[in-house]
Amino acid sequence: METRATRIGLRAWTLAVVLFLYLPIVIIILYAFNAQTAQGWPITNWTTKWFSPTLHNGEMQQALLLSLKAGLGATVIALLLGSAAAFAVHRFRFFGREAISFLFVLPIALPGIITGMALNSFFTFWKTNFSLWTIIVGHATFCIVIVYNNVIARLRRTPTSLTEASMDLGADGWQTFRFVTFPAISTALVSGALLAFALSFDEVIVTTFTAGAQNTLPIWIFGNIRIGQQLPEVNVIVFVILLITIIPVTIAQRLTRESGILRNQ
Amino acid sequence: MRRIRRTHVFVAALAAALCVPASGVSSGKPGTALPTRIAAGEGKLTMIAWEGYLDPKWVKPFQAQTGCKIQPKYAGSSDEMVTLMRSGGGGQYDMVSASGDASLRLIYGKDVQAVNTSLVPSWKKFFKAFQDPPNNTVGGKHYGISLQWGPNTLMYNTKKVTTAPTSWSAIYSSKYKGRITVPNNPIQIADVALYLSKTQPSLGITDPYELNKKQFDAAIALIKKQKPLVKKYWGLSSDEVSLFKNGDAWIGASWPVTTGTLKAAKVPVREIIPKEGATGWLDTWMLSAKAKHPNCAYKWYSYISSPKVQAMQAVTWGETPVNKLACTQMNKLVKGSCAAYHANAPEAYYRSIKFWKTPIADCGNGKKDCTDYTKWVSAWNQATS
Amino acid sequence: MGERLESGDLLGSGRGGPSVARVRRRLSAPFWRFPWLRGIALLIPPVGWFLLLYVAALAVLFVSAFWSVDVFTTKVVHSWNLDNFREIFTSAAWRRVVVRTVVIAALVTITDAILAFPFAFYMARLASRRTRAVLFVLVLLPLWSSYLVRVYAWKVILAQNGILNWSLERIGLPGANIGYSNTAMWLVFSYIWLPFMILPVYAALERIPDSYIEASRDLGARGFKTFRTVVLPLALPGVIAGSIFTFSLTLGDYITPTLVGGAGSTFIGNVVYNTGLGAAGNLPFAAAFASVPLAVMAVYLVLARRSGAFEAL
Repeated sequence: METRATRIGLRAWTLAVVLFLYLPIVIIILYAFNAQTAQGWPITNWTTKWFSPTLHNGEMQQALLLSLKAGLGATVIALLLGSAAAFAVHRFRFFGREAISFLFVLPIALPGIITGMALNSFFTFWKTNFSLWTIIVGHATFCIVIVYNNVIARLRRTPTSLTEASMDLGADGWQTFRFVTFPAISTALVSGALLAFALSFDEVIVTTFTAGAQNTLPIWIFGNIRIGQQLPEVNVIVFVILLITIIPVTIAQRLTRESGILRNQ
Repeated sequence: MRRIRRTHVFVAALAAALCVPASGVSSGKPGTALPTRIAAGEGKLTMIAWEGYLDPKWVKPFQAQTGCKIQPKYAGSSDEMVTLMRSGGGGQYDMVSASGDASLRLIYGKDVQAVNTSLVPSWKKFFKAFQDPPNNTVGGKHYGISLQWGPNTLMYNTKKVTTAPTSWSAIYSSKYKGRITVPNNPIQIADVALYLSKTQPSLGITDPYELNKKQFDAAIALIKKQKPLVKKYWGLSSDEVSLFKNGDAWIGASWPVTTGTLKAAKVPVREIIPKEGATGWLDTWMLSAKAKHPNCAYKWYSYISSPKVQAMQAVTWGETPVNKLACTQMNKLVKGSCAAYHANAPEAYYRSIKFWKTPIADCGNGKKDCTDYTKWVSAWNQATS
Repeated sequence: MGERLESGDLLGSGRGGPSVARVRRRLSAPFWRFPWLRGIALLIPPVGWFLLLYVAALAVLFVSAFWSVDVFTTKVVHSWNLDNFREIFTSAAWRRVVVRTVVIAALVTITDAILAFPFAFYMARLASRRTRAVLFVLVLLPLWSSYLVRVYAWKVILAQNGILNWSLERIGLPGANIGYSNTAMWLVFSYIWLPFMILPVYAALERIPDSYIEASRDLGARGFKTFRTVVLPLALPGVIAGSIFTFSLTLGDYITPTLVGGAGSTFIGNVVYNTGLGAAGNLPFAAAFASVPLAVMAVYLVLARRSGAFEAL
């Protein structure tokens, strides 16, 4: 269908976009090897001396651990609540059904500062101490929609005849869920969970308003950017995380790959 | 597909929510008697501080000596510090290193309690100007112990700005259009007022923090005129360091710590206090009204006010100690630093600096028509946006 | 042949055998008899979470927009008035901030749509399976590399002595003075949100069955006509879904303006942040100002839902 010129043009465009996406990433990696703390250009002295102190930095380790914990907690809550809501909306008709997806998308659609300030005032009013739990609550609130969207999209594509056939064969509700429904949505759950975790892991605005004396990794990075004296350490940790996350991202890609029923390729 | 009936959870929740008042200011307990002695430490101390104020260099020895483990929370602005102090109903943090533009708000908001200066032996050795400055001493009560201070200076790149400036007029002139930077802080209006007090004496400005409507409007008008000349309003010292290092700014209002960092990075800069004078910031360690670890807090007061630690912090961060005896210690760490940071000037020098204080409507001269800080914030944000 | 099969035997209910299955069935019986019970049980946790936590907090925040602050005590006074909103609409500076934010958000959305569409088209319909997998990973990976650090990298690139000007000098062009400006913000925002636009557009394009394209061709439409009449309308919900992200994320951001914005780059988020916190905590005014992006997004979301974009999210 497409002419050769179009094909070449599109390929060039794609390459240009990839270069655009990765130019700052390359800069970040380059500056992880910069000897100076102030980030000027060009880089005159190259060194690997920042790698060891960064990985042994206690504050960084605590921040990373807290980010992982918060991400995990938020993802678990989002998985449970998001898929529950997706099932309810898919299977039942009720007052306000269309409003549900609108409601869930609000935390992402509204500016983070509004969500942050609202939750902050809320917690302050109920005299809740800001801790890991307030962070998890904040993150879970905008992660729910990610899982919800993934699961409901998958449910809409799964024929209901499967569950009906399972019931006809004598399975009860739990068995149907375990052997028929769950496998059908499992990859949607995994990709939703990965994306939700990614959002939570990199979130800084809402976290600033819902954290107490703890630092998540983005807040630690923000502090370092502000003080400007340990910038190479920030570059090092981002570089390391980037390398590590190639694995889960590749897994996510494998899982969301369409089977190509409708496509000839 | 099945139908289900909907409960009116939504309406109930909304009704409940509307009955809840928006969060206001937490009120601390009414004045309790001052403690008379420092008891054993509680083992923990939670503190809100400027980045770099809790450097392991002096925090580690403190923790080893007293057993009080410090849990820091860094804030980037005075406004953030006030919000943090009030979070969780107050009492989540024990201490805060508040600057003068926030300290009065904390005092009037009853977020901090008075301290007994007789329990802090080094306090007697402070310069008189810092024992009872108006931004932390109200009605004879001391709401905290002064920590360190610094002037707001005029800094310029000696290679790009060839004629050395002597007046603040340099940052209001179009000669350096697009290469000027000033702090993004509403309290900056006071610097403008200070400049106007010398260049437009007919306005009759005596205290740059007590401005009636006419004086305030004149300052705002000058800020609006300056805006097209400004490259960026800097928020933190590191912002200004980037601006000068990367050639985006050549001249602007600054702090000694910024000048020091740039000089260390081999950028040719120089700072002066222009002939119209300067404002300054004075930080105070304040104690929360609902502090959970007051004994550790008093131990910190004694520690951080002692000459050696004062000198260490001054030289590391780039500010000036309030303790007279810190001068010799500073010269031991970095030769000549005492004079460079004006740590042993006569009292008159300190009294000449117009230190930050929160503007309130009560002018202190019988009238109540001065502009209060809420209007400063609103006007500053509008003029610079 | 007359054997009755227990459903337990058929599907192998694992340990515990028939007795566990019986208890489980008894517990799940009411959910079968009263289906709406199941619906309620599924719905109450997520919706309850949202209403009691999020919506309640939002409601309180926006209700306070109608109140004001007593300057002496800094306490919020519950006197109902429209002063905050009046100030926003009558002040030229505040109006400028709102217009600037909305315009840049729109520009960023359009830019990202233009950048993403050919890329997503190539990825969905022309690339081999392996290339598609690689591109997918390449698009997702930057999302893991910290928004803050990527914005800061742009600061370094666009600075006066930064990489951009250094490269321009090398090829003999004059330096661009775009560090700390609205142009810089537009560039950085377009960069940061690009993956959020690529993914929904890719998902929408990928769902278009080949049979539609073939049918259009059989009916005589040439390449571009097919594209315009078949592919584009089917991909539009994906573009709109992506635009929800790019528009709203730009509308509410205050960090990028702080890092790469200049003297005239204040965004709505900055005003909310500066006036709502701390010493002059004028929370009612900040809440009133924050209701502007809320109103804008509410309108945008309603229009988006009409176009079916929510299914493409």
